[in-house]
Amino acid sequence: MSITHDEIKKIAHLARIKITEEEADATLKKLSGILNLIEDMKKVDTTNISPMSHAQSVTQRLRDDVVTETNQREKLQKIAPEVSGGLYIVPQVIE
Amino acid sequence: MEDWSIKELSSLLREKKTSSVEITTDYLQHIKKKNPEINAFITVDENRSLAQAKLADLKIQKGEGDVLTGVPIAQKDIFCAEDWLTTCGSKMLHNFIAPYDATVVKKFNEVGAVNIGKTNMDEFAMGSSNETSYFGGVKNPWDLTRVPGGSSGGSAAAIAARMCPGATATDTGGSIRQPASLCGLTGLKPTYGLVSRYGMIAFASSLDQAGPMAKSSEDCAMMMNVMAGFDPKDSTSIDHKKEDYTKNIDQPIEGLKIGLPKEYFADGLDSHVAKVIESAIDQYKKLGATIVDVSLPNTNLSIPVYYVLAPAEASSNLSRYDGVRYGHRTSQYDDLMDMYCKTRQEGFGEEVKRRILIGTYVLSAGYYDAYYLKAQQIRHLISEDFKKAFQSCDLIMGPTAPSTAFKANEKIDDPVTMYLQDIYTIATNLAGLPGMSIPAGFVNKLPVGIQIIGNYFDEARMLNVAHQFQKVTDWHKAIPEGALS
Amino acid sequence: MSWDVVIGIETHVQLQTKTKIFSGASTAFGAEPNTQACILSIALPGTLPVLNYEAVQCAIKFGLATNAEIASRSIFARKNYFYPDLPKGYQISQYELPVVGKGSLEIEIGDIKKTVRITRAHLEEDAGKSSHGAVQNGTGIDLNRAGTPLLEIVSEPDMTSAAEAVAYAKKLHELVQWIGICDGNMQEGSFRCDINVSVKRAGTDKLGTRREIKNLNSFKFIEQAIHAETQWQIEMLEEGKTIQQATVLFNPETGETRAMRSKEEANDYRYFPDPDLLPLEISDEKINQIKESMTELPHLMKARLERDYQLSSYDASGITSDKHVADYFFATLKEGVEPKQIANWILGQLFSKLNEHNLSIEHSPIKPQVLSLLLKRIQDGTISNNGAKQLFEKLWTNSDLEIDALIESEGLKQVSDSGLIETMIDEVLKNNQTMVDEYRSGKEKAFNALVGQIMKASKGKANPGQVNELLRKKLS
Repeated sequence: MSITHDEIKKIAHLARIKITEEEADATLKKLSGILNLIEDMKKVDTTNISPMSHAQSVTQRLRDDVVTETNQREKLQKIAPEVSGGLYIVPQVIE
Repeated sequence: MEDWSIKELSSLLREKKTSSVEITTDYLQHIKKKNPEINAFITVDENRSLAQAKLADLKIQKGEGDVLTGVPIAQKDIFCAEDWLTTCGSKMLHNFIAPYDATVVKKFNEVGAVNIGKTNMDEFAMGSSNETSYFGGVKNPWDLTRVPGGSSGGSAAAIAARMCPGATATDTGGSIRQPASLCGLTGLKPTYGLVSRYGMIAFASSLDQAGPMAKSSEDCAMMMNVMAGFDPKDSTSIDHKKEDYTKNIDQPIEGLKIGLPKEYFADGLDSHVAKVIESAIDQYKKLGATIVDVSLPNTNLSIPVYYVLAPAEASSNLSRYDGVRYGHRTSQYDDLMDMYCKTRQEGFGEEVKRRILIGTYVLSAGYYDAYYLKAQQIRHLISEDFKKAFQSCDLIMGPTAPSTAFKANEKIDDPVTMYLQDIYTIATNLAGLPGMSIPAGFVNKLPVGIQIIGNYFDEARMLNVAHQFQKVTDWHKAIPEGALS
Repeated sequence: MSWDVVIGIETHVQLQTKTKIFSGASTAFGAEPNTQACILSIALPGTLPVLNYEAVQCAIKFGLATNAEIASRSIFARKNYFYPDLPKGYQISQYELPVVGKGSLEIEIGDIKKTVRITRAHLEEDAGKSSHGAVQNGTGIDLNRAGTPLLEIVSEPDMTSAAEAVAYAKKLHELVQWIGICDGNMQEGSFRCDINVSVKRAGTDKLGTRREIKNLNSFKFIEQAIHAETQWQIEMLEEGKTIQQATVLFNPETGETRAMRSKEEANDYRYFPDPDLLPLEISDEKINQIKESMTELPHLMKARLERDYQLSSYDASGITSDKHVADYFFATLKEGVEPKQIANWILGQLFSKLNEHNLSIEHSPIKPQVLSLLLKRIQDGTISNNGAKQLFEKLWTNSDLEIDALIESEGLKQVSDSGLIETMIDEVLKNNQTMVDEYRSGKEKAFNALVGQIMKASKGKANPGQVNELLRKKLS
């Protein structure tokens, strides 16, 4: 299966990465190589093989419902690009 | 500069023959001298390191010292260390001062080890040559025109150039073992879940695992005693009983059954590297091991499976870098969408963007079953291969990497060739098994590592088997020319 | 042309836990912005989720309450999209294997009962809050709410009118509070509905294109929004236009729905199992343990009230509309008062007073013990119903007053001495010969008028039952 220039632009948008036309073309070439590599999987018959999401077959541990976190706003917002009145600021969102 | 091992430093400190401040100062000076050339460290903070050294000396004086108290250990820049710049090799985090400690960092702090600096790495651990770092490539101390391997290339080069006796590293597809092989070091990727991932910046969560890198198996065992352990903050951490990895390291290995997978010696392996591995296997025979042939038939599929699963997880893990709460934000933007897209365009390097795009693609509507689901199914098959193999052997051995260190810029423009560097290491990540690389010889003055793959939680035996080899060989003691001056 | 409306509802129920679903940060409402946004809530690199057991218990309780399948193994998945109030760039939710499977909920619209099928209910995390215009040309993001546990309850498109949709939402709202998994505070966003509305030609099977009205947090808005949306869709179709699938917002000011701009593009959420979380396994033993700890479900209690206490369906519904009301009812009942009488008083006098003062029943100044004593005094004839109402008013403002003393001091004690009453009757009969004659000639109304006169003569203190009985005797 091959990927198209338009698909590259579409996934770049989904991933929120700005990409120019030239970059899309260059990326197309490299991604096609990688996707060809991936195509090798197609040859394998995986009927009735269960997917493996985790390296170990263990189950989720549960945490007690106890407050362990304290207010660290000042410290955490020191490293923020833009804050005001304790809020993180982004360009106006229109719903 | 002296060529100390962690074990030697530990003894010297506890016998009070030297102080942590003294040792730390020596290493810091050596870093000052060597790092401009090697670029193994992204951040060195003399004051912080020395402050920790002073505290360690106090502890030792009071008789409260632990085995690693006062020993300088470098931290891969993938681990958050409170109040340290933590970049993960990315422009995206060029200004990120971590407000908390990763569990691994915390554990080293708790035993009083000294954080000697944060090591360079491929951006977000994506790379096999350390050339994708925003902070510049790292040079291989064995040959400055060559790469140290990746992604833990900074940790490897730092130890090889004797700028620290040991360092933490992480391994998603070979990122501990391949640089260890290329730099003549010992590196262990533990069983998935044995070392906490909390505070370790995620690349591919189901594959990422932290481990130690040092010059010898003994040193790695000492580091493992600190690093391993259950962490309630990481849901994938496994509640495995606490072990002392140094305890049985001296046991003879007579009767050990070593499996050699034929697929690891097939086309694609450099013939000189193959010879080194073969003579290492001969050495093991002399130590009393028996050799059995095993097969890992799906080895070739591990690369395609990995390059679906790892980018898929990465594409999602890296979505948090959006310029809103921390890290890089573009300086000029029209609106929110523009802010997102430019921030991520500028903040991520080429390889990272490439993998985000692949990951986004394989997860997108209409492709999930053909790529992601299929890859997870084959992952299962790969894992079964190992299960079968371990029915007839105790450990599996083979090459760590298909070749010795390659030249800088040699593969960077050809991702597929670069990805093939990990052909022998990826499968263990997919299966969650522990893997190790130890120095086994040289080809054209460049180190070659042999890989040891163990069954789940068999790290103690692997370290023992590696140590027995190192007792009768000197490969791990070789020092790159000029490293000590 | 006539149209059928098809409605399905997705409800986001904030679970009543102390901490977030994946971290130990507090979920308390109303804190200063971002003071409860811990390192996981702001998605710092390296942070990892660990599941809150309480949230899982809440989901299991809901499953048990709706007679649903509870998955022995369920999976958390990532739903990937970018939005400033979603710090990780993905929401941890459940996709293929939710914790709660198919269930159902019975609703009542007037006298008609209807079963609404529940498709599934899954655990997920809430997003933060955006305040638009927090600074000039900017939106402010508060991540205190980010990571609050939600149970998303998805219904089948089984509702066919706004009234049914509201009945379903109300029933669900009652239920989640009843089983103690949600505080039900709609103003604070603890219970929010997304309503999927489509219309189709009456009688046909082919469903129309649906539009989803997002985030409705009052029953009134649900009703208004469905009306507005239905009307809009019908108008479009009657004009020969087609409906585009869309996410819409309801504006209570204008009473209109409009498509959201930010969600215009088709979303591709790229769901995949979250590698940071392992499969959630729930044993039968655990389910049974939770089942045993749960209080009687409202529909079962309602049936019991009708059967064992002879309450009307209406009264039983009222008593079981809220766990606190039911608790109040049973606490009052303990003192041996007539159940019907208690229900009347709770649903009548007490409710109107609580409404007037905007109080919930747990905060009623008149406690069950007080009400029960008051009702006992009606039952034993000490006071009349009217007298009790006067006392109720007094007790509302001062519940410390001792009832029997108050009856005395207010002079509300009924006259039950038959000799005394007979004397009064004789007096009244003597002075109202015309009425007596009218009654004897068959005018029943005259009897009531005579009772009124006697009551007046007793200054309202005569026991009306006794008056009736004795008067009848005298006139026979």
